[in-house]
Amino acid sequence: MAKRMARMAVRQLIRMLLLIFCASLAAFVLLSLSPIDPLQQNVGQAAMGSMSAEQIERLQAYWGVDTPSLERFAAWVSGMLQGDFGVSLLYRQPVLTVIGAKLANSLWLLVLAWVISGLLGFGLGVLAGATQGRWPDKLIRGWSMIIASTPAFWVALLLLMIFGVWLKLLPVGLSVPIGLEATAVTLADRLRHAILPALALSITGTASVCLHTRQKTIQALESDFVLFARARGESGKGILLRHVLRHVLLPAITLQFASLGELLGSSVLVEEVFSYPGLGQATVTAGLGGDLPLLLGITVICSAMVFGANFAADCLYGLVDPRIRKGAGRT
Amino acid sequence: MKRILNNLRQPRTAALIRLVFAAAILLAVMIAGMACREQALATDFTRKNLAPCAEYLFGTDWMGRDMLTRTLSGLSLSIRIGVVTAAVSAVVALAAGVSAALLGRWADSALTWLIDLFMGIPHILLLVLISCACGRGFWGVTIGIVAIHWMSLARLIRGEVMQLRQSGYVQVARKLGASPAAIAVRHILPGVLPQFFTGLVLLFPHAILHEASVTFLGFGLTSEQPAVGVILSESMQYLATGRWWLALLPGICLVAVVLLFELAGKSLAALWSVNAEQEAA
Amino acid sequence: MEENRQKAPLLQVQGLTVSFSRYAKGFRRVTLPGVRDLSFSLDEGELVAVVGASGSGKSLLAHRLLGILPHNAQVGGQVLYRDQPLDDRLAGKLRGHEIVLVPQNVSYLDPLMQVGEQVKGEKGDAQKASAALRRYGLGSEVEKMYPFQLSGGMARRVLIATAVQHTPKLVVADEPTPGLHPEAARRVLGHFKELAQAGAGVLLITHDLEAALEVADRVIVLYAGAAVEEAPAASFAAKELLQHPYTQALWQASPNHGFVPLPGTQPVGQLPAGCAFAPRCPKAGPECHEGAVAYEKRGAGYVRCLHPEGEQL
Repeated sequence: MAKRMARMAVRQLIRMLLLIFCASLAAFVLLSLSPIDPLQQNVGQAAMGSMSAEQIERLQAYWGVDTPSLERFAAWVSGMLQGDFGVSLLYRQPVLTVIGAKLANSLWLLVLAWVISGLLGFGLGVLAGATQGRWPDKLIRGWSMIIASTPAFWVALLLLMIFGVWLKLLPVGLSVPIGLEATAVTLADRLRHAILPALALSITGTASVCLHTRQKTIQALESDFVLFARARGESGKGILLRHVLRHVLLPAITLQFASLGELLGSSVLVEEVFSYPGLGQATVTAGLGGDLPLLLGITVICSAMVFGANFAADCLYGLVDPRIRKGAGRT
Repeated sequence: MKRILNNLRQPRTAALIRLVFAAAILLAVMIAGMACREQALATDFTRKNLAPCAEYLFGTDWMGRDMLTRTLSGLSLSIRIGVVTAAVSAVVALAAGVSAALLGRWADSALTWLIDLFMGIPHILLLVLISCACGRGFWGVTIGIVAIHWMSLARLIRGEVMQLRQSGYVQVARKLGASPAAIAVRHILPGVLPQFFTGLVLLFPHAILHEASVTFLGFGLTSEQPAVGVILSESMQYLATGRWWLALLPGICLVAVVLLFELAGKSLAALWSVNAEQEAA
Repeated sequence: MEENRQKAPLLQVQGLTVSFSRYAKGFRRVTLPGVRDLSFSLDEGELVAVVGASGSGKSLLAHRLLGILPHNAQVGGQVLYRDQPLDDRLAGKLRGHEIVLVPQNVSYLDPLMQVGEQVKGEKGDAQKASAALRRYGLGSEVEKMYPFQLSGGMARRVLIATAVQHTPKLVVADEPTPGLHPEAARRVLGHFKELAQAGAGVLLITHDLEAALEVADRVIVLYAGAAVEEAPAASFAAKELLQHPYTQALWQASPNHGFVPLPGTQPVGQLPAGCAFAPRCPKAGPECHEGAVAYEKRGAGYVRCLHPEGEQL
């Protein structure tokens, strides 16, 4: 039984690694097609002057027109496997260092938004499902519809206008107050600056998990086993807590894991609005500035995160759902 | 009179009315936006930075451009790009779904793999990559949006075709020696059309949202175009100075357009399911 | 004797009609058939079987007795429990301990909850639950199992175990035997007989006349949702003791009595005017196709027929 699970997990893991490899290949091919030549774009600029000869050489090794693309890809992959993603053209630092620093900033937002949107969406979804057809359901459904139809960046703009400009309650941008020494930044400062972006991300993230949970709740409430629970005199509250939650929680968590990609995408938009110096903003900067090594690195890291989240969701299902966990025990 | 009222309450009629209502507004916005494109680009420095008033319902910007006409032509552009990209995306989905289901296991697992791959890269990131590959601008967004929307519809169509393939008349056609292509065209395609059209209309809102987002980031349409993404991106610089109308009103209109597309798609889905039921009955 | 007569029966059902319509996928309204004009009474210690074709909506009767019909159900007639109207409020108070349901199959168990916890219920007692399981030969290893791990017979016993923890007064068993081996089915029905012998009133709703006859005291036969005959189980010993042509046809269709099938099918949805059985009835005259036929006491039971067996008598 455990063996079967382990074998399944290993197969999934291999599949995931292959997918990440393919995603990197795709990103590499796309960026090789790009008419934006990183060397051209940067050589003419100040960037060139501050680069060491060695760096330029390495750059040319990666992006040189004379090397065939297959070879370039091989060089890039072998570098990547050794933890060398190349050097960012704009930040003039190893790509991995840049991503590490930016991701550390973004992680705050992502984790906060992931948890809040998950809890909020789940709660609202259960409430809507339990009151199907009545006003709380209609309200929540309407709200979710509107949220799903609103671009993340506009939600961010609205929040910025309301809390930053009109009420002047919260700072308008950046992850720390401008002009402060890095050491003088307190945790409270960081939190204050993360509130609005996290809120914007949380709001956009609720719609799908909410509608999905509502559907699952209704399904569970219409099931035979809930009917039987009622026939046995169980109370509405008891049915919701004992039976419905059990059936709704796992799909919701799975969906939340699977929606990590969407969250990362929204974070690009939201960070751009708040000039929050995270991974999302780095993506935009890299894309606009033709910083191809950084963009490639970000793509690899992001898809690794997305595939990893999906993998985690699969494993979770296997561990929690008795029908899968004990599937082999069936005669 | 009573009969008319009763008729209106019929779910079928109600769905039809909603569909026509949504489609009419969208069409009107699209045409109006195309008609007032000239005005949308016209600058007039005698009327800079006006807040919304009777003459300029949406106000004007720092170059004295009328925000109402700008918003209208931006939405019109969004709708046109949305319709074109969603349509191409849906055709890709149809081709991928049908061939996966009909060409055997190898094609099927190739499609599954490809879908997983496309799902694995965050869509905004993929849009940025494709935009870079195309050197930004119109073609970048268009190809990008086509590339990220076909997956779920392809999956849906694949499932539907798999089901149809098991049905009696397809089995008979195969026994009679009809070629796979003939079966696909004559028997399978008509069966998946309802799914296809509903899926197509439901792709519009997503396409529009993604176009606006990518343009907002600077990877989409160029700033010479009065696109909604451009309007909202420009408005950011003026938020702190209190020019709320630049971001608020065009944004609300964008959400409204997306909701209208959503409404149209759902009504269409409802209508198809009614027809299917009546045929079955 | 005098005292017995005064004591009200446990359950009286008078002219009960239940059906409900809902929107099917899309917008079409479908009316689900249910029971029509059903009357009977049930005493403590009695086992009464209601026999009707599968898929005819007999479950609605069970759901009515427990007060768990969907909101859009249409209900007519009266149900009395110990002479009190058994409305949703009273049913809500009594269900789960005094009135219990034994449902059809394993889908009525929460697939994600272990059997022991499930038998215990929301406010139950774990020891009582294991005792109930043990009573039906299910040990502690079963308590740790999930419903999908149960065999058909085990699932049926688990479902019965959910019902007996509180010594119920009224047991409603909804199709407890389909899918079981004849041997296992007999054992399950035996459990219901035990409950009746222990003093509970048991209402057995089933499509399986053969099996019902082995345990029931009285049998009510439904045709197109309406009761056509009520007879003591003993009357099924010979065709002539049965009064309604449909009951007789059922008798003849059984394997022990010649396996003679009755041509045609029961009407679903739109019912014919007059007697619903008339189109298939060998005795039907023109008068059978007009107007409703009353359900009347006759001989040892009740019958709804213009030409019952031995009508000259």
